[in-house]
Amino acid sequence: MSAEQAAALGVSYPPLQTYSEEEGMMRDAVNKFAQERLAPFVSKMDENSLMDPEVIKSLFEQGLMGIEIDPEYGGTGSTFFSSILVIEELAKVDASVAVLCDIQNTLINTLFTKLGTAAQKERYLSRLSTDMVGSFCLSEAESGSDAFSLKTRADKHGDYYVINGSKMWISNAEQAGVFLVMANVDPSAGHRGISCFIVDRDTEGLQIGKKENKLGLRASSTCPLNLDNIKVPEKNVLGQIGHGYKYAIGMLNEGRIGIAAQMLGLAQGCFDQAVPYTRQRVQFGKRIFDFQAMQHQIAHVATQIEAARLLTYNAARLKEAGRPFIKEACMAKYFTSEVATLTTSKCIEWMGGVGFTKDYPVEKYYRDCKIGTIYEGTTNIQLSTMAKFIDKEYDH
Amino acid sequence: YIVTIRVKPDHSGVVTDGVKHSMNPFCEIAVEEAVKLKEKKFIKEVVAVSCGPTQVTETIRTALAMGCDRGIHVEVSGKDYEAMGPLQIAKIFAALAKKEEASLVILGKQAIDDDCNQTGQMTAALLDWPQGTFASEVTIDGEKVKVVREIDGGLETIKISMPAVLTADLRLNTPRYATLPNIMKAKKKKIANMKPADLGVDMVSRVEVLRVDEPPTRLAGVKVETVDDLVAKLKANGTI
Repeated sequence: MSAEQAAALGVSYPPLQTYSEEEGMMRDAVNKFAQERLAPFVSKMDENSLMDPEVIKSLFEQGLMGIEIDPEYGGTGSTFFSSILVIEELAKVDASVAVLCDIQNTLINTLFTKLGTAAQKERYLSRLSTDMVGSFCLSEAESGSDAFSLKTRADKHGDYYVINGSKMWISNAEQAGVFLVMANVDPSAGHRGISCFIVDRDTEGLQIGKKENKLGLRASSTCPLNLDNIKVPEKNVLGQIGHGYKYAIGMLNEGRIGIAAQMLGLAQGCFDQAVPYTRQRVQFGKRIFDFQAMQHQIAHVATQIEAARLLTYNAARLKEAGRPFIKEACMAKYFTSEVATLTTSKCIEWMGGVGFTKDYPVEKYYRDCKIGTIYEGTTNIQLSTMAKFIDKEYDH
Repeated sequence: YIVTIRVKPDHSGVVTDGVKHSMNPFCEIAVEEAVKLKEKKFIKEVVAVSCGPTQVTETIRTALAMGCDRGIHVEVSGKDYEAMGPLQIAKIFAALAKKEEASLVILGKQAIDDDCNQTGQMTAALLDWPQGTFASEVTIDGEKVKVVREIDGGLETIKISMPAVLTADLRLNTPRYATLPNIMKAKKKKIANMKPADLGVDMVSRVEVLRVDEPPTRLAGVKVETVDDLVAKLKANGTI
């Protein structure tokens, strides 16, 4: 039953897993696209640690890279929740493709839409929805969780800035046409000097380093960046000087729901591969699914995934409703990444020896899930953030 | 299309409750062809039609998201829906084709649930229009359509006048995925509602299903060592 049908029937509080007709259609379309068109590429991209350009092209063609962008700029003009469903469906097939789509939609597009001047939106939004990938550059070798101690500097010279520094762990860097670089214009002001700069790929002095050789999410390029006296005109400042730290925090609060959706899809996709095996594999005269120990483990994992889904969907709906959602977003990201770790680990065990080989897909899910507890705010950071909210709740 | 189909306990049919329904794959190919013809500017407008209960509107919306301009939902539910077969649908299509002044009616060659392969042919007969069935290639040439048909002996090329009925076979095209922007555009497209009675169609079935059974369970075979053994065994069980 769609949200519209529920409303027509006077059902005021439909279950969390109720979608509008548009959301339902999008989810089904992306599910079909991912299972049929993306699946054949997955294993090779993982092995070669390289995202196939065909895959990126098809993401743009399907309208998956500009989900919330206004049709005026070539986007789909849909909602945040639709993005969440799209990321979940993509992650069921490949977490690397999902993260590319997630960063584009929840970080890059959101920043441009919220903060861009008319000229900046004109210049970048239509490219971002049709053919250009974006990268978000905050982390450095010496500043990960302690993001705002970043050292990259931007010195003002008349009507342009000169940026110097290095960035690390930059996703999509190999493919990006535009980089949103967080740099400090005034280190003496501490984090209040951090500002956001739009840097085009062909800017002189921008060097994209060799990509990391990673355990998982291998098809997603993760590179260091060197910024060597790069000149950025004033008109390429996104938002206001000195407000960068606020933008980063705000946007990461939303991005974390996207990562939750990615981990959720990953867990579900892995589960969907493993359970059919347990229903086919016979030992001691019966399906291994029929052993009570297996049933209990499978049911436990299914419960965790369901809980993860509800946390994720609820955080997304809260954000859409304009209600406070930061604590819930942290909970969603923290919980789903832990569930992904549990699920993938168990799925390999359930599949026994074959689960441990690369001929079967579950080992890739196991490798891919680990980054979930680390990036876009480590588990410890999520927990500390939640604790701050909880503390405040008991203030009288 | 991996679904486990079960026969109802009363052997009156198969269980369809709770089974995910989606657009028949040959119909997807038919929709794709129609949309392609419109993109090439051979036709002006594509109307997607489906007959059935409320759920079929989802299928119509998918057709709209693929590029059809508007939809028509012919409501058929309950007992009428259970008894509905190719003849009733053909009558509805014939009535609509006349009402809409269509130049082409394009359908999938058959539905993958009943494999009837009759609706297109019956529609053409009721309209007294030429038909190009099992089409693997369609080319419009003025007021005529050239159709390459997949037949048992190979390929047959025919030229028929419009208005005509075409049925799509597997190799006609590869249906597009509904892109997200097109799904959004589809929301604004109209789906008209009507009942068979509005089209003067009588839905009474001339066919009565007596019984539906599952195929017999496959029995284990027997391995033999020599040709003589094989002949002996075949003689013993009366096969030869």
